[in-house]
Amino acid sequence: MSGLVFDSIVKKFGDFTAVHETSLTIPQGKFVCLLGPSGCGKTTLLRMIAGLEDPTTGRILLEGNDVTRIPTHQRDFGMVFQNLALFPHLSVGENIAYPLRIRGGSKADCFKAVKRLLDLVQLPDMADRPVARLSGGQKQRVAIARALALEPKLFLLDEPLSALDAKLRESMQIELKQLQQKLGITTIVVTHDQREAMTMADLVVVMSQGKVHQVAPPVEIYRKPKDAFVADFIGSTNLISGRVSAAGKIAVAGGTLLADDLPKSGDVTLSVRPENIRLTKENGENSLGTLTGDVSYIRDLGASIEFYLNVAGQQITAITTPSDRPDVVAGDSVSVAFPKDACVVLGDA
Amino acid sequence: MKIKPGKFSDYAAIGFPAGMLTVFFVIPFGIMIAMSFFQRVQGAFYEPAFVFENYARFLSTFFAGILGFSVGLAALVAVVSVLLAFPFTYILTRMARQTQVVWLVFLLSVLSLSEVLIGFGWSTLLSRTAGITNLLVSLGIMDKPMSLSPSFGAVMTGMVYQTFPYTVLVLYPALSRLDPSLVEAARTLGSGPARSFLNVVVPALRNSIVSTLIMVFVFALGCYLLPQLLGKPSHWTLSVLITDQAIYQSNMPFAAAMAVFLVLVSLSLVAISLLYGKKENAG
Repeated sequence: MSGLVFDSIVKKFGDFTAVHETSLTIPQGKFVCLLGPSGCGKTTLLRMIAGLEDPTTGRILLEGNDVTRIPTHQRDFGMVFQNLALFPHLSVGENIAYPLRIRGGSKADCFKAVKRLLDLVQLPDMADRPVARLSGGQKQRVAIARALALEPKLFLLDEPLSALDAKLRESMQIELKQLQQKLGITTIVVTHDQREAMTMADLVVVMSQGKVHQVAPPVEIYRKPKDAFVADFIGSTNLISGRVSAAGKIAVAGGTLLADDLPKSGDVTLSVRPENIRLTKENGENSLGTLTGDVSYIRDLGASIEFYLNVAGQQITAITTPSDRPDVVAGDSVSVAFPKDACVVLGDA
Repeated sequence: MKIKPGKFSDYAAIGFPAGMLTVFFVIPFGIMIAMSFFQRVQGAFYEPAFVFENYARFLSTFFAGILGFSVGLAALVAVVSVLLAFPFTYILTRMARQTQVVWLVFLLSVLSLSEVLIGFGWSTLLSRTAGITNLLVSLGIMDKPMSLSPSFGAVMTGMVYQTFPYTVLVLYPALSRLDPSLVEAARTLGSGPARSFLNVVVPALRNSIVSTLIMVFVFALGCYLLPQLLGKPSHWTLSVLITDQAIYQSNMPFAAAMAVFLVLVSLSLVAISLLYGKKENAG
């Protein structure tokens, strides 16, 4: 099997299980984001790849070879730490050349490599600068260059952009993605920021409480969340519970909705993204998949308009563009249409 | 904008520490400097004067040799203490909180032992009749017990034993603040554990190491009981001689002159190392 494989990995710290039994395959050359709230075990998973933590049970395989017991310093994986961990007593160039120097690289080789890497991260002519005199974004780039100095098989990043301000973070996300595409290196990034994951990842691994919830490309995570946790964590959503009444039909408070991939019977939870809900002024005739509600509040953000609705006692949020805005004000009754393909049936979390 | 303190009450806040410093440091030190120029009266005590006799007497090869030995011994004690304490403290800071507390309490209790207790304790431990060589004999490592004291090794052992807890306690804050991800980063970049310690931990804490060396050096320079208890007369330091002159020979002016000289030497050594450190940092 190619790529990086987690084979029944479990990690416990004393009585606390940080990572429950996890099996996962990360394909060669992909950009993968481990996404979840803090304390969900994503950093522990990354540290196990780097060898900074030993799994309690299970194996980690890289291109078919078991690397579980190989010490960190023999794995040759590049890693960028959350606080970057640049060596304060070395200059930019010495930091980047560190992995080459300890392997006995000659001065000329180190110099050439530093120049190439600094060009790669767009910081030319910075080699002699002391690390303390760099800005946050520059330190970020130096840490990336240092981690890539060995041309590692795996590129690991632990919340690498969390220290940057919002604007710089967004541009670094795009830059990091382009860098990864240029080098074609398997990259694993830990993040708690779902926008960051959506921007960069080929594959998102959603985790919470030490468990992997879903592994899928970002768009699929958004459109077809597997359970309520994923639906709620990625973007905002409306969770509606109901009971399967007939084939393809769900009885919910206030009417009947339609959905694909329904179980034959039983209680189900639906996730409907706010932007997929269609609003029209109440006209008295309700078809299947349409409920009646009251507008409780309208929040006009210019580029989009959010409608807070009360539908049969449940709070529902809908988002429209200015051109689709229905002609309603707070207090009006509206028809709330839930298109069949927008109603995603969730599994158990 | 700079606020100018005008009223007397603005200075009141620094009055207390300034006063304490004056009463307990400036005045005694001033008296000592003054006394170093006094004239000794044979058979009596001393009388106020302004002579350089005491300093002149000091500038002989005999006292220069003792000064050299004192400084060398203090430097060696400082280096050995830091060499032992630095890895120890590094490992200590990586242990569980509970273990750290137990060790720190133990070290503090060692610190509470007086120099006299440490001196006599070690002289018993290094003696022929009751010392650790008896243990080695019963283990079959040595043929017969021998006396290890008085000797230079015994002086070193006693002094390092005394300075080790200080050294650990001074290094502890800096080492426990050290970002553990620095070492982890070195490991991901291909450094083994020993190499990352030498390549990353030691240089990152260079300033703490230098200041600890200076502190232990100054501390060891003032040590005067252990060299007498554990060493031969040839291992006696300048501090021993100062005590001898002041208390047994009743030659206060000469003792004061030697003390002033010792202070000047240690101050200039500290200044040199600080200056050197500053230059390194700037470059």
